[in-house]
Amino acid sequence: MSKSNNAILTDMKKAKGLGSAHHGAIHKLQHDITTLVNIPLVAWVIYSIFSLRNASYQEFTIWMSNPVFIVMATLFVIVTLKHFALELQVVMEDYISSKWLRMVKVVGMKLFFFALGTTAIISILKIALSGGA
Amino acid sequence: MAKFTLPKKSKVTKGEKFDARNDGTNTKNFSVYRWNPDEDKNPRMDEYDINLDECGPMVLDAIIHIKDNVDSTLTFRRSCREGICGSCAMNIDGRNRLACLTPINEVKGDVKITPLPHMPVVKDLVPDLNHAYAQYASIEPWMKTDTPAPTRERLQSPEDAQKLNGADGKGPAGCILCFCCSTSCPSYWWNSDKFMGPAILLNAWRWITDSRDEATGERLDDLEDPFKLYRCHTIMNCTNACPKDLNPAKSIAEIKKLMVEKHS
Repeated sequence: MSKSNNAILTDMKKAKGLGSAHHGAIHKLQHDITTLVNIPLVAWVIYSIFSLRNASYQEFTIWMSNPVFIVMATLFVIVTLKHFALELQVVMEDYISSKWLRMVKVVGMKLFFFALGTTAIISILKIALSGGA
Repeated sequence: MAKFTLPKKSKVTKGEKFDARNDGTNTKNFSVYRWNPDEDKNPRMDEYDINLDECGPMVLDAIIHIKDNVDSTLTFRRSCREGICGSCAMNIDGRNRLACLTPINEVKGDVKITPLPHMPVVKDLVPDLNHAYAQYASIEPWMKTDTPAPTRERLQSPEDAQKLNGADGKGPAGCILCFCCSTSCPSYWWNSDKFMGPAILLNAWRWITDSRDEATGERLDDLEDPFKLYRCHTIMNCTNACPKDLNPAKSIAEIKKLMVEKHS
């Protein structure tokens, strides 16, 4: 779409813009669900850190080899990073007015969180599967 | 990026001082934003010391008194003088309100009056509302039906009518489009080009929830957008600012709930 002189566009043309993007509800729903799921997960992480505060590395890896804890830790990483990425996207959309800069930053941010999450999950599995060795 | 400082030409300077106390003892100082597009000058705050015994009890009475007796160049909108038309919406003592419903004695100290925030100014206290009105028109605020018009009234149960008017008379149909809410919303300040703002979303909800309107799905489709609707972060300034005690934040939450229902 070629760039028009904004000053001579009608108010209605500016108000309607490109119309509705027909998405946004799922983003909000995912945001709300990750908020709720994070409540027990964060409580579990805090409890785990507290209960393992005097544990050795070997005790920690044995504890981590429990399948339930592997699932919990993996879920914690996925849900927290997903929530953070969703929230950061909203902040970027709020404050970055340049369309292209916003798009680049949002995509870059999502790739960063994907890489971070993948690394974290591989690390969890590596520690858990070492099983105290 | 969002701008956090005023442009150089918008910085407010100190203005003239008018003494219109006329030897009265019951006086008040009004500090009023002035800007004239015909003069190549920055906006300024003019000060008017007036005798409260010479004017009515509301802020609107005071600025009408100033215009009539002290400085006829002062420009502002007003019409009904009883909180129905929404014309005299302005920022008084740091809050968006209707000047006609704000008692002077409710303001402690000097009365500082500026136009509604973050809107282009036409002159003095008159904001440019063209974009906000275009946004209002874009939601098509009229009844839309596919069913042919009946030969008599379109029926509505008292319960359904209450969704529009509210049990306490403070339902979405009570909006007077003064835009006190939209101009108190930081999301609207940053993204008013695309975000509809609380006033328009409240009115969108007024039609979505109308039992006689048959375009509910179409209206929801038009609103489902990260910027049109989802810039609302439930800051609640809108509900706090509304001079008619309506609850735009609740209406927006109801629209979001229906969006989820539509997707599930």
